[in-house]
Amino acid sequence: MASKEYAGKMLELDADGNLVNLNEWNEEVAKALAVEEGIESLNDRHWAVINYMRKEFTEKGDAPSIRKLTKESGVDTKELYALFPKGPAKKAARIAGLPKPKGCI
Amino acid sequence: MKKLVILGAGTAGTMMLNKLHPILNKDEWQITIVDQHETHYYQPGFLFIPFGIYTCKDVVKPKRDFFPSGTNVIKSEIEKIEPNENRVLLKSGQILGYDYLIVATGAKIDPTETEGMKEDLWHKNIFDFYTIEGACALANFFKHWEGGKLVINISEMPIKCPVAPLEFAFLADWYFTERGIRNKVEIHFVTPLPGAFTKPRASSILGDFLNKKNIKLTSDFNIARVDNETKKIISWDEQEVEFDVLVTIPTNKGDECIARSGIGDELNFIPTDKETLIAEGYKNIFVIGDATNLPSSKAGSVAHFQADILLENFMDVIEGLEPKAKFDGHANCFIESGFGKGILIDFNYDTEPLPGKFPLPGVGPFSLLEETKMNHYGKIMFRWMYWNFLLKGVELPIEANMSMAGKRL
Repeated sequence: MASKEYAGKMLELDADGNLVNLNEWNEEVAKALAVEEGIESLNDRHWAVINYMRKEFTEKGDAPSIRKLTKESGVDTKELYALFPKGPAKKAARIAGLPKPKGCI
Repeated sequence: MKKLVILGAGTAGTMMLNKLHPILNKDEWQITIVDQHETHYYQPGFLFIPFGIYTCKDVVKPKRDFFPSGTNVIKSEIEKIEPNENRVLLKSGQILGYDYLIVATGAKIDPTETEGMKEDLWHKNIFDFYTIEGACALANFFKHWEGGKLVINISEMPIKCPVAPLEFAFLADWYFTERGIRNKVEIHFVTPLPGAFTKPRASSILGDFLNKKNIKLTSDFNIARVDNETKKIISWDEQEVEFDVLVTIPTNKGDECIARSGIGDELNFIPTDKETLIAEGYKNIFVIGDATNLPSSKAGSVAHFQADILLENFMDVIEGLEPKAKFDGHANCFIESGFGKGILIDFNYDTEPLPGKFPLPGVGPFSLLEETKMNHYGKIMFRWMYWNFLLKGVELPIEANMSMAGKRL
């Protein structure tokens, strides 16, 4: 199991590079993870997605798929890809401190 | 009389019928199977049709040939399942009550999910090979094609038989080489995945095969729309890929009757316990094959392994016991790699495809993640096994759960 420093703390990462302990996550950690994903600063729309994902995960136990995200978060597919280029569901989940969504096999 | 209803007479539904029919006491059980179609398609064979290796008649048989006598067969579309009333409403107006339900309604492509896909160029320059119509139309197109840009694109995961698009690329390389025009055909594999396949080791080995066969790979491409005028596919982040012929693997979805029943996810797949194969929230509903939302491959081999687990759990549940058998996500796929050779992969939820040997009593061993003639024969032989053993529920010498024997870590 690898660990790496984010926002001044050594954090444990799983095989996909996602946080192992959800409760080690905070907004500063999110910003550091975002930089690693090529997103220099997080705006309100980024946070809308991140917060929606964390809420979904707490309630359902799995990070939502892109389809679910666009249906329920109020951010459409086009914008989602602009916010989190390449793989929005995977990237947003990682920045939100969640494991990779099960749908991403 | 207790009533068992099986929805769908494809690979999974037919297998379950043939496994349960001889076991359940005829004086106590009435078994009904429902399907809207009369023809059974050997879907793994669709891949070979565009290249003239199989024709339409090689992949079809009447479904009734595989129903044991005494089965109540209903040919109708399904309107919806009412799980709280323990009944199924059919399009014909008929209402079927059940004590136990097995849902095997499968998955199918929906090209209308992508803007511009099913428009002017559909089945003219844009083809699928996941339907008999698409595969046959593509066979006709290829016969007269003189070359150009061939683009193979997966719209989004999950899809049925996730290795089929790669096999298509390998077979296209072989087919155009044989026709003497390979130098005029540019083959381009465009996928939303980060590499050639879903799992890391197989992805890297299969990626090398693409390279060796001069097939261009574009990964992380999530298609947003098709431009029919300029013949381009365009991703959500505005990457563009030009094509002369587009072979698409459109979005796969579960049956609409699942959406009408309100028991599916965003893609109409049914949330299912990944070990017991019981529908989440419903103790008397089992789900098998492509209809589930399981993180296993959507493939006939997976349905076959699930069938053994489902059978055990079904027999426990009807006796009032807890289901004990656990499905491990086992999949076993022969990958045609062209020029009379094939590659074999064997994996489950936790173990990705590994190199090594795959022992099979009486026939094997086959080589894993390696290109051999033996693996090609395995694939060709499988069609015969499918019609004669698998659909009829006959035991095959292969365990439902994956074995590590022969695999190299």
